[in-house]
Amino acid sequence: MRERQAFQDARRAREFEAFVAGAAGRLLHAATLLTAERPDDNPRARALLTAALAHTYAAWDRLRGEDPYDRTRQQVALRFARGAWRRHRGHGGVLERLNPQERLILVLRMYEGVAEEQTAALLGLPADRVRGICARAMATALHPPRGPAGALSGVVRP
Amino acid sequence: MSQYERKETAVRRLLESAQASVPPGLFDDAVRRGGRMLRRRVVLRRLLWVVLLACVVAFAVWASAAQPWAEPPSETTPPLTRW
Repeated sequence: MRERQAFQDARRAREFEAFVAGAAGRLLHAATLLTAERPDDNPRARALLTAALAHTYAAWDRLRGEDPYDRTRQQVALRFARGAWRRHRGHGGVLERLNPQERLILVLRMYEGVAEEQTAALLGLPADRVRGICARAMATALHPPRGPAGALSGVVRP
Repeated sequence: MSQYERKETAVRRLLESAQASVPPGLFDDAVRRGGRMLRRRVVLRRLLWVVLLACVVAFAVWASAAQPWAEPPSETTPPLTRW
């Protein structure tokens, strides 16, 4: 019994390590875009990804054919959507001027290539609202409005 | 190429730029936290089983002692209405 447990632990660790080696770079970049941090200074993105990966590791034996990358991406998105990360304004990065919801939808749709319906289902929004927010986010990202960066981020500081 | 597609390509290029490098401790941290979650879950499940088992045993003991299915001995005589 104990031997089987140890064998299973070792196998899980091996598979998980291979998964992280392949996926962590892309996921970390996505998380860094979400938290609007600079790529060389991204503590929030790292914390977000570590929490999501820990969840994937804990669920590894019960994935039953589900893609661990999808699972982790979903965790990152949901944790970002409901967590404390949204309250922080951007500290740099290319999406600094977007608000957290625009960043989340833009990253899921354009960087991760998640379909509009899936994005809507994941975030609990109607699909045309996702389309509207995505179009607005694209316009803001490509043609940043003039003026101070924080003015349009929609974040109220206490 | 339509204007929307051009825009999409430009946004994709913007998002792909400046990749972050993965810090070396990230994997270990995730495994440590995930392992802790797993162990906590196992302990919780074991605890629930113990509680369930204790409930079953307690019920069995009580039932065999009280025998609630047995008809209690009659203490009153039925009233005589028509003689």
